[in-house]
Amino acid sequence: MDVAGQKTAADNNFARRKVLALLAGAPTLTLVARFGLVSDATPAGVALPGLPDLTDYVDLGDLLTTLALPTSERLALQVTSAGRVVLEVPRAEVGQGISTAMAMIVADELDARLSDVDTPLSDARPDLLFNQTTGGSNSVRSLYGPVRALAAQARARLVTAAAQKWGVKADTLTTKDSKVFAPDGRTAGYGSLSAAAAKVVAPAVSAKPKPESAQKIVGKPTTRLDARDIVTGKAQYALDVKVPGALPAVVARPPTIGGTIVDVDDTAARKMPGVVAVARIPSGVAVVAETFGQAMAATSALQVTWGKGGVDDLSDEDVKRQLRAATPPLTPLTGLTPHIDAEFDFAFVPHAAMETDSAVADVRPDRAEIWSSLKNPIIAGKTIADMLRLPHDKVTVHVTRGGGSFGRRLFFDGALEAAQISKATGKPIRLMWTRADDIRHGRLRAATHHKLRVAHLAGAVVSYEHRVASVETDFRVGAGEALSATFANLAPALFGQAVFALTEKVPYNFGLITELLTEIPLKMHTGSWRSVYSATVRTAEEIMVDELAHAFGKDPVSLRRSMLKSARARAVLDTVAKRGKWGRAMPSGCAQGVGLHEEYKSCAAYLVEIDARDPKQPRVTKAVIAADVGRPINPRGLQAQLLGGLTDGISTILQAGVHLDKGLPLEASYAQFHYARQRHTPSTVDITIMPANGEPGGAGELGVPAAAAAVANAYARATGTKTRSFPINFDVDFTPLPR
Amino acid sequence: MPRYSFTVNGKAVTVEAPADLPLLWVLRDKLGITGPKYGCGVGVCRACTSHLDGKEIQPCTVRMADCSGKTVTTIEGLADGDKLHPVQQAWLDEDVAQCGYCQPGQIMAAVALLKRTPNPTDADIDKIENVCRCGSYFRIREAIKKAAAAQ
Repeated sequence: MDVAGQKTAADNNFARRKVLALLAGAPTLTLVARFGLVSDATPAGVALPGLPDLTDYVDLGDLLTTLALPTSERLALQVTSAGRVVLEVPRAEVGQGISTAMAMIVADELDARLSDVDTPLSDARPDLLFNQTTGGSNSVRSLYGPVRALAAQARARLVTAAAQKWGVKADTLTTKDSKVFAPDGRTAGYGSLSAAAAKVVAPAVSAKPKPESAQKIVGKPTTRLDARDIVTGKAQYALDVKVPGALPAVVARPPTIGGTIVDVDDTAARKMPGVVAVARIPSGVAVVAETFGQAMAATSALQVTWGKGGVDDLSDEDVKRQLRAATPPLTPLTGLTPHIDAEFDFAFVPHAAMETDSAVADVRPDRAEIWSSLKNPIIAGKTIADMLRLPHDKVTVHVTRGGGSFGRRLFFDGALEAAQISKATGKPIRLMWTRADDIRHGRLRAATHHKLRVAHLAGAVVSYEHRVASVETDFRVGAGEALSATFANLAPALFGQAVFALTEKVPYNFGLITELLTEIPLKMHTGSWRSVYSATVRTAEEIMVDELAHAFGKDPVSLRRSMLKSARARAVLDTVAKRGKWGRAMPSGCAQGVGLHEEYKSCAAYLVEIDARDPKQPRVTKAVIAADVGRPINPRGLQAQLLGGLTDGISTILQAGVHLDKGLPLEASYAQFHYARQRHTPSTVDITIMPANGEPGGAGELGVPAAAAAVANAYARATGTKTRSFPINFDVDFTPLPR
Repeated sequence: MPRYSFTVNGKAVTVEAPADLPLLWVLRDKLGITGPKYGCGVGVCRACTSHLDGKEIQPCTVRMADCSGKTVTTIEGLADGDKLHPVQQAWLDEDVAQCGYCQPGQIMAAVALLKRTPNPTDADIDKIENVCRCGSYFRIREAIKKAAAAQ
């Protein structure tokens, strides 16, 4: 039986569209000013109310959900005659657990055993339009309703088919464990009913999803369905897929980002053992060999004369100077309003997913097939087809599981190169980026500079200003397509402004709030990095909140409590304060710190303890985390996401980033890019998932800003310093590898 | 090209390969054993961690010639048929994996650690260098403790 999904009754969709229309009609997307009520006579100790943020109504996730909805009826759920329930998931699985969450939703609604549900990743499906993008912490948000509706339809048809078969009333039948039960004890497995169910014209029982109070699997901590495959080594990533004849390929890349090829002498390389072919592609020189080891060895034997790249003259200090110069000024102060000013810098950070950018391509004269972990497979396929001058329907794109993403796989750099190499050599090939290439020539979280000012009077904040200058983030695929579809005539140069406006949100009553972004376009490879602008913007803000508490002589937790707008946010903060014994005595050089973040209708608080007795070797020793995501699907998976956010926070605040040096990152290895290891992470972690209280919010990126802020605040309190530049310990403590 | 005979996951194999070809590529590209993953090629990320004669190695930095006549165990050779190794079982019980890419290496490193140190302290676990970019370290730590308790 194949059931095409019905459009879900999205009650609030009309309201969303209205807000979107309002946003689209806004005079400018470049300014996000939030006007609160500022009173001349501010009572002491009372938080000034602020008007709700734009993101209280509509955020990037809403936009993605709205765009996904029209094609949600094209989601397909199949019940095979063998009794397997198959939902093809039009998203990437890169560790966030979407395959498991989707299977749980299907099993619950269908009354199927979880072990009977398969959730393979869908190939690129251009008919899904915007409903095959994985980003903005939006997969559960956009699919929860449609998938429930689909499974409820399927259940109703299976029950109807059983009723017809047995000649009994459909409403006397029950379902459980992938079977329909009659009152007289007869049972029928879903597989045996599937063919008949496909012929049911109108279900004889309700096809509406069950009330959420009746859910038995959704909300229950569940182990990943692919966990056994992972621990036995069976899980297949792009380069593990057995594509007959596909030969390893590695690309020699320029000494600077975006460098061009002037001349290639491949005589020596071609004579190296195992080498099969050498091909020039726009981004470098590819060597195809019998093994990756031989391909890598042969790239070293290539004699390439390289031309200039996009940022050859730029190093970190230049970028910092440009960012500082580009940061919009703070409003000149009038009167004698006391205020706190601070400036912050955040370094470039690579995604550095464990699986480097990888893809398999089999390009033939009349068709092509691609295998890769892709968060935007539709545009990947179209771009590759255009490059190959093939009709779009002649390019098949298989989405494989990915070894991490953190935003990296929004881009399809590797898939495009793999197609170019396969076309140039006339062979199926397996392209793998080396680690050095992945860090140096992959995508980077844009470096940023921040100016903040909090003006306060008599214990209340009267105004809050945040000026951000960022190297331009490349949003052209994914968010950019969604934005273009929503806001006609939105120039790509404004994508960043729109994403900023749709994601950045001050959770506190801070009076008159203005947040401005300026981007400087540099010819570098940038991209969204888990939690995008919030990872720096909200972290800087949370540090300011701690400094404000200090200025007020208040405790950082109680100050937050008094100024937070939302009860949900206060609840997660209270939870970590209580469970983490906030305020407990710590030895000198050690301290607690908190951070809080709200995004995509969810909120999280982190409390960490840090041992910074050696400020050059700080160690987060304990973390207490609480998150409210509206409606958790798999609390166990959520805890994993929040744990990942913690590690990202520890890494990016304390030790992990890259130095741009004359057009290329110096770092080229995990020995140099210091993403946290076991010894940098706490041996005690306590994570609370708040009970369901509404619709699912976004959760995949939620933890990063709160964790980063908690670590920065704990470090500052432990060392008695003000933290201004991140990562804090960022020496070039290595000999850079050759370019 | 030289030929080398060795044992992988209990099976005798013979391959033709250059002497200095890293074992990782013999396993992955010549034998189709894809559990060990490439993550750096220089023995730093340890996603390829496997065992050579029972000792932890990073196949990306071990030459084929140095494996001749020896016994290699990868993640695929750890379980006893359908019965998971206690460390694999602990990984399942703690639901350690996120993207899963580093986990074969993490598990092989943990097995080697428990062989050397049956009851590891937190300080012993801290010495594991394997990178997990999803940041699952705490669950790895818990799984190792659980496996140690079970053994």
